[in-house]
Parts: sequence; C-alpha cells; structure tokens
Amino acid sequence: MDTCPQTENAQGQNPNGNHILITKNLNAYYGSFLAVRDVNMAIAPNSITAIIGPSGCGKSTLIRCFNRMHEVAHGARVTGQLLLDGEDIYGTGIDPVSVRTRIGMVFQKPNPFPTMSVIDNVVAGLKLSRIWSRRRKMEEIAERCLRQAALWDEVKDKLKQSGTSLSGGQQQRLCIARALAVKPEVILMDEPCSALDPIATLKIEDLMHTLAKDFTIVIVTHNMQQAGRVSDATAFMMMGDDRAGQLVEYGATKQIFTNPKDKRTEDYISGLFG
Amino acid sequence: MALNRRNRKASRLGDAVFSRLSLVASLAIIFILVNILVILIMQAWPTLSEFGASFLWTSDWNTMTDEYGALPAIYGTVVSSLLAILIAVPVSFGAAVFLTEIAPLWLRSTASFIIEMLAAIPSIIIGMWGVFVLVPIVRDPIQKWLGNAFGWMPIFQGNQLGFGFLAAGIMLALMIIPIITSMSRDVLRAVPQSQREAMLALGATRWETISKAVLPFGRSGLVSAVILGLGRALGETMVVAMVIGNVYSIRFSLFSPGSTIPSKIAGEFGETLPGTLQMSSLLGLALILFAITLIVNIIARLLVWRMSAVKMGRL
Repeated sequence: MDTCPQTENAQGQNPNGNHILITKNLNAYYGSFLAVRDVNMAIAPNSITAIIGPSGCGKSTLIRCFNRMHEVAHGARVTGQLLLDGEDIYGTGIDPVSVRTRIGMVFQKPNPFPTMSVIDNVVAGLKLSRIWSRRRKMEEIAERCLRQAALWDEVKDKLKQSGTSLSGGQQQRLCIARALAVKPEVILMDEPCSALDPIATLKIEDLMHTLAKDFTIVIVTHNMQQAGRVSDATAFMMMGDDRAGQLVEYGATKQIFTNPKDKRTEDYISGLFG
Repeated sequence: MALNRRNRKASRLGDAVFSRLSLVASLAIIFILVNILVILIMQAWPTLSEFGASFLWTSDWNTMTDEYGALPAIYGTVVSSLLAILIAVPVSFGAAVFLTEIAPLWLRSTASFIIEMLAAIPSIIIGMWGVFVLVPIVRDPIQKWLGNAFGWMPIFQGNQLGFGFLAAGIMLALMIIPIITSMSRDVLRAVPQSQREAMLALGATRWETISKAVLPFGRSGLVSAVILGLGRALGETMVVAMVIGNVYSIRFSLFSPGSTIPSKIAGEFGETLPGTLQMSSLLGLALILFAITLIVNIIARLLVWRMSAVKMGRL
C-alpha cells in the first residue's frame, strides 16, 4: 500500500505525480437522459477527495460510476473510461464484481444487514469469496476492522447482537468496517454523514483522516464545511442548462475555497445559491 | 359559532356511531369463531365421550360396528399437505425471486398477473383438470419412473394407480403456488434497495446478493407466506377428494390412495344421518382439523414474531 502524504496542489496531483483513479470523458445516463456529462478528473492515492455541489447536480450518480454501481439501476449506463491503477474498469470483459472488491462503498443511510450479528456484518464481504471460513480467523479480521473503524471499544461487548441494534453513527462505522474488511484500495462515501448527528459526524470525519493513511477516499457531501474540513482535493459540480451534471472546477481544497477560478464555484462557496 | 358547535356535535355523533359499529363488527367475528368451536365440540361430544383420546390414534371407520378413528385422515392430511409444501416452496420462491430480481421490467407485471389469475380459478375446475390430465401423467411417466429408479424406498412402492397421495400433493402444490408466489413477491419487493446495494458493493454476485441479503431480510415474511399456503393446503377439500382415491387406511407409499380430513367429511357428510355416531365422528374430524390449523398458525405467529424481534435488534 502506498503511504505517501496528502495531495499537494490543483488537479489532485501528488508529489509523485501518480494517480489511482483517472476518469476520461465519463458520461452517465439513465436511459436516454444524460445525468452526468464528460467528467475528467484524476485522484491521487491516499488522498481524500470531496465532491460538492447543489442537489441534483449528479454528485451521487458520478460516485456510483466509480465502482460500477450506477449500472445496477434499470436502464442506467456509462460511457467513457475510468482507470483504476491504469486499468479501465469499463473495459470489455471486466467483471463489475471484481471492481467492487477493489473499490468499496459506504452509503448515505447506514445499511447493516439486520439478520447478521455485528461480527458477521463485518466479514460478510470476506465470506463471499470463500467456501468455508474459520471462525477464529474471521473474528480476528473483524476485530482488526472494527478497531480500524474506531468502533471496537463501543461494540466489543455486543459482537453477537444484530447489526441494527447499534446507534446510527455506530451503524455507519460498522458499514465502514465492513467495507474495510474486503481490503479495497479506494473507499467511496456517498454522503455518509447526512443521516447522523454532529457528534457522530465528527467521529466519522476523524476516522476518514486515519483511513486516508491506508486507503484513497472519495466522499460526496452536500455540506461545504465538511468538504473543507476533511478533504485534500475538491470537485465542484453543477447542473448545466441541459440538466446534465458537469464538473465545474476541480482542484486542491484550499484553492477551491479561497481562490476559486470559476465564477460559479465562487458563488456557490460564498453561499449565493445552493 | 353556532354553526361550528352544531358541526362538532354532528361529528361527535358520527364518531359514536362509527365506533359502536366497528365494536359490533369485531365482536361478531369473535362470536362466530367461539360459536364454531362450541358447536364443533357439542356435535363431536358423543364421539369424544365414546372413544376418548383413542379417537386420535385408531384407524377404523366402520359404520356396521360403529367404530371410528381419525388417524388415517390425520395422516392423509399431514402427508398431502407436507408433500404440497415440499413441492410448492422451491417453485414459489424461485418464481418470486425471478419476478423481483431477475426478470426484465416488462415481464414482471405480466407474469405476476398470470400467476394471480391461476389463484382465481375455482378449485372444482382445477380438480377436473387434475382427474383428466394430471392423474394419467402421475401414473405414467412419474410413478413409473420413480418406481423404477427409487423402488427400493418404501414411499415409492406399490400399485401405480395415479390416484393417491402423490397426485393430491402435486394438485395441492399447484393450488398454493400462486398464493405463496404472490405473497413472497410482495415480501421481496419490500426489501430496501439499500440492502441489495450493500451486498453488491462488497463484491457480491447477483445470486449472492439474493441469497445473503434479500432472502434473509425477508425471511419472516417468507415464513408467513409458506404458512398461509400450508393453511390453504390443510383445508383444501374438492381437489383432494377428486384425486386422492378416498381409501380410509394408512399406507406409507406415496403411490397409495388415502383420505384427508376435508375429503373424508365432504365424501360422507351428505349420506350420514344427523344424530348418529358416524356424524359425530365426522365433526370430531373437523374439530381436529380446526386444532391443527390453529396450532400451525400459532407456531407461524411465534416464528414471525421472533424473527421480527431479531430485525429490531433484539437477537
């Protein structure tokens, strides 16, 4: 795993100049409706990239293209390229299932599996690829991931309880632990804190900083302050005149918030609309 | 102001009328239920006092010597219903999964509509179809093939008549498949999309998503669907009476003819004089069926209640 420090400057470039995710002319459709137009961005490893923008601008649609979850909806499709370590995940013959084990996802609403215990929730993804698994080994992995997700101390006495018996914030960290267990390279977070109270939100934000040491994180948020607090790079999206979302500006978070190049970014950041 | 007051009075009167009416309606339901039970017990009393509990485990049905036992009918009811469930559950769950998870959108509503139409066919019509179409098929090739391949098992031995437990089980399965399918389809449709996405995002295939996220989430609803089907199978009368062969004995082969509680009652009720021990025994059979369905439903409630307790987080 790459352990290089945070993103340095605009266009999400890190000192080494390498990128883990690169989108090339990415378009997302629902049937014939173009929802996201022509996105080009490059994401550095071990960085936190925030995607912000007003409601309906296609933030969630875009992030769902990153692990081929967009195409799960009926009639939804994607054109263009998305390179993960140089390999196009939309290339012919690429199995979306294998893409999703390398690019994990955390959703807007915590969605633990209610019929599984806390432990089984964490290792649910791991168990998929195995015919049988040793209980002891699974418990070890679960403990490691729960610690990594800063949840272990709160749930170590409730490991056998249902995943839905936890509080909302705990459930969301359980979902993060579940995503970590599969050992992805990238973790996508689609408004992970929008259903949580401020304290639970703060915990998740702290957690993201820790996780960025080992993973690359892309987060969609409607909360500009959150983007400012957690991210290294920020992408600002807006709905165009044709109702398709587009990437207006993408650069280092500091630059986007203090010295935006595009007038629309400036208007949004300063709260003129949105 | 005055208008206002009158309006409120009127609505209060409406409230009172409505609440009385709904009270009467709900009491009527309870009254009917209790009444059925009381009448059954009263009418079955001669048999219960004559044979006592041994009515449950004796196998005679002799109008000459006036000796009656319920065991063959209980056996037939349980065997044909379990056979029906065994056949119907995999088919119904498979169809429900196909209709909610796999089929293209245009096919879903059409196929669901056709399946529900199947449930609307009167059972006497399905029964006639069973006699003329299904029973010959059961005789040859089904029984022939089973007899050849698995003849060493007691349940596949004996004369290959067509009429019997096997035909009854298959007919019952056909009758309960639409109910179980449409109910489990509703259950699976109610599984939140977020559960599917959670499993998919972990790198699950479509089948893993269904088996590890969708079906477990809906399991309490699926159990209710099965129990509802079982209840229907236990009480189904006409179709069974037409294909089971109506022999009052206990044989272990699924090829042999038998009787169920409803088919026995339906077959003999018309030619039995009121006040006789035979009539009382038929009502005794009815009482047993009542008890069986009640027990099945109570077990189902407990199961569903336990499973939804799990879902609420109390494991």
